[in-house]
Amino acid sequence: MSKDIAKEKSMIIQKEMISRLFKDLSTAKETGKKVVYTFVPGNISELILSFGMLPVYPEINALQSGMRKKSADFIRDAEKIGHSEDVCTYVKCDVGMMINGNIGPNGEKIPEPDLFLLSYTGCFTFMKWFETLKRLYPDVPVALLHTPYQENHKVTPEMTAYMVKQLKEEVIPKMEKVSGNKYDEEKLKACLRNSSKVEDYIMKIFDTTKNVPSPIDAYFAGVYYIGPINNGFRGSDEAVNYYHELYNEILERVNLGLGPITPEGVMEKERFRLVVEGPPNWTHFREFWKLFYDMGAVIVASSYTKVGGVYDMGFRVNPEKPLESLAEYCMNCYTNLNLEQRVELLSKCITDYKADGFLVNSIKSCNSFSAGQLMIMQQLERQLEIPVGFIESDLVDPRYFSYSNIKNRLESFFQMLDQRKMY
Amino acid sequence: MKKYFLGIDLGSTTSKAVIVNEKDEIIGRGITNTRANYTVATEIARLEAIYNARFSLLKLKLEDEIQSKPEYKKYIEDVESVFQYLQFKKRLDRLNVQFKDTIATTFENELRDIVAKHVENIVKTIGPIIHDDFLYGNLGSKNQFFRDIVSEHFNKEIGKLDKALFEPLMLVYDKSITSVENELTEFNFKELVFQALEILHDKYQNLEETIAENQSIEFDTEMNLLKGNFKNVHDSIKEHIMFVANMDIHIANMVGTGYGRALLPFPEKCIKSEILCHAFGAHAVFPNTKTVLDIGGQDTKAIQVDSHGLVTSFHMNDRCAAGCGRYLGYIADEFSISLNELGPLALEAKSEVNICSTCTVFAAAEIRELLNVGQKRSDILAGLHRAIVMRAMSLLARSGGVRNEFTFTGGVARNQAVLKYVSELVHKNYGDDIIINIHPDSIFMGALGGAMFARRSHVE
Repeated sequence: MSKDIAKEKSMIIQKEMISRLFKDLSTAKETGKKVVYTFVPGNISELILSFGMLPVYPEINALQSGMRKKSADFIRDAEKIGHSEDVCTYVKCDVGMMINGNIGPNGEKIPEPDLFLLSYTGCFTFMKWFETLKRLYPDVPVALLHTPYQENHKVTPEMTAYMVKQLKEEVIPKMEKVSGNKYDEEKLKACLRNSSKVEDYIMKIFDTTKNVPSPIDAYFAGVYYIGPINNGFRGSDEAVNYYHELYNEILERVNLGLGPITPEGVMEKERFRLVVEGPPNWTHFREFWKLFYDMGAVIVASSYTKVGGVYDMGFRVNPEKPLESLAEYCMNCYTNLNLEQRVELLSKCITDYKADGFLVNSIKSCNSFSAGQLMIMQQLERQLEIPVGFIESDLVDPRYFSYSNIKNRLESFFQMLDQRKMY
Repeated sequence: MKKYFLGIDLGSTTSKAVIVNEKDEIIGRGITNTRANYTVATEIARLEAIYNARFSLLKLKLEDEIQSKPEYKKYIEDVESVFQYLQFKKRLDRLNVQFKDTIATTFENELRDIVAKHVENIVKTIGPIIHDDFLYGNLGSKNQFFRDIVSEHFNKEIGKLDKALFEPLMLVYDKSITSVENELTEFNFKELVFQALEILHDKYQNLEETIAENQSIEFDTEMNLLKGNFKNVHDSIKEHIMFVANMDIHIANMVGTGYGRALLPFPEKCIKSEILCHAFGAHAVFPNTKTVLDIGGQDTKAIQVDSHGLVTSFHMNDRCAAGCGRYLGYIADEFSISLNELGPLALEAKSEVNICSTCTVFAAAEIRELLNVGQKRSDILAGLHRAIVMRAMSLLARSGGVRNEFTFTGGVARNQAVLKYVSELVHKNYGDDIIINIHPDSIFMGALGGAMFARRSHVE
């Protein structure tokens, strides 16, 4: 692998975008901008933007703290005030960050919330999470947007109507009150037009893994690619610009027949193509990634990069039906799909992207992902006769990342894939 | 020249070596529980496998004689047993020297003399007992480690002494045994085997007297056949022994597996995951295997294989090793018995005590509490064995369940009580039709798989 990696233009754009957002956040109190705390899965950021407010995503802050090696202390402080060992470590990390002054990844204070927008898609911990934050900020209003689970395998018109009603009667009035602005449907439509373009780009980007070698790693690099759309830029012009640039760069890689970029340069020999289920570990992200690229393993699709929206099955927002689109977007998020739908989606990924194996990274403290993973794995193994593997780690609690155990299992998994290729 | 292939399985508790021939037949096995570095462990296991291979080759060479004349079979077994004794004796002598060093550096004045005198007496007592166990019993075939044999007798002798001596004597033992166990002792096969022949010569020469002392020998047909005939057997076998002793056992390729595999100085393609090796070994011995359960020193593996013995999925215990071999070792310590006594004692149970703790440390506390309230040792042990098998069952369920046929491997498969509960629970949960395979060499399955991979990659 070549050691020198030039930063791609899209990486520079993304860095600037994120740093501008955090700058805007750190000056929000002076500029008078209102701040909405909300979650990534089912984030209706277009609506927030249309009101001229700024979004904050507690999961993103937690994973950033994990990557910056700050999560262990934050988790310890949250446990000190009574959060048990079994509580989601994103929650504890976030609480720990808040009780330590709410200093964000750029070293500047993240403003206190003006509104909690609790849209939860498949993860019931989100409710408890905001209940906890509500105790820290008792005067902040909560707008609850209940997303019905796709229990029966589909989104019905009644489900959409139920959500639109909540948007009209609960979410929008609270946003109007907090922001002091009236709901402006034209602004929302403009944002959704951008989202629709971005959704197309995202799908095209993740579809480039159909190439052999795959030009991108759809998990370890994929989490960077989904950064802007999941972190404040859904519906923005900047997002359209970023994804346009990123897509062109990836097409260039395809034309040159290049493999994915890793922290140690371009991966030259693609040996294994994998589909991965479950979030990555953030505290040892680089080590974790290295275990894969050292073996020539590239991830051609991952469920985690779909937490902020699933576009594989054809869903796109429709700017002409703005509230219905927001509702359907929420209901189509990965963790809101029932288990059979997840199997179907992963099965499509394995087939479309010609994967050699399927791997689950089971997260100790994440119920919404972990529940059903074994069933998913066993069904895929049976249906597709594909080799499957299972490893365990955690989101941001470094105590649950056992390097040697994970390495041992991955080595076995890769050798198993190798063996299957030989016969 | 014939080619042989070596598989080395460096486990967390024991290191194993297996040598196969060009037909994948096992011709040599070696095992050690040394906690020294993996290089020493590999060498000990490899050398033992080569000695064992020489005896296997001898038996193959004399296959016709062995089948037609039982005294040949008996004589070769005796040679192997005495050969093992001689290795044991060398280590025991070394241990005795180590005892003296330890005593000199640990105690002072009067206590030093007292401890030295008692240790000397113990060694003098247990030496001949173990000698007889090898020569007249069947200790050689029990696959017991040096530590297990010595500690069993050492503990027994200490038990006869004043309680005040328990701690100083155990201290001497604990401080001395590990360093001896961790030493690589090289043996000259030829020298030892001929020494064994001489000892056997004496044994049979004096058999009349021994029989008078030991009634059970009188009814040993093979031994009686040898009584008047041993000189002929000895003479005809001697040249064959000479042949195998001089034979060059050419290891054409080797593969390492197990926890310590990364430390082996083997090229990358000669290092294989233990999952693949265990599955391959188990499948080779039982070709209809679909599910493999391996319980080793510190991990439990549930492996699903296809009809070629290739792994399709696997599951291992994570974060906690309760229920593995080390757990059983810890429990044996709690009961002050050896690991080999655990299973038989559990099988004596009249009922099973429910053990809640899956944590090794908590289980020990629970045991003490149960003993305090008067529960029987055997009943508690039965409950413990059941509890660990329940853990394995959960892992099997996670890996996709038990498919027919089911093969149980690993060091823990030697424990009869574990076997009883595995059979019971597999049949209960997956039906009575499930065929359960267990092989006496189950602990060697990983090394066997490694040796088979070595043969294949050599051919390729």
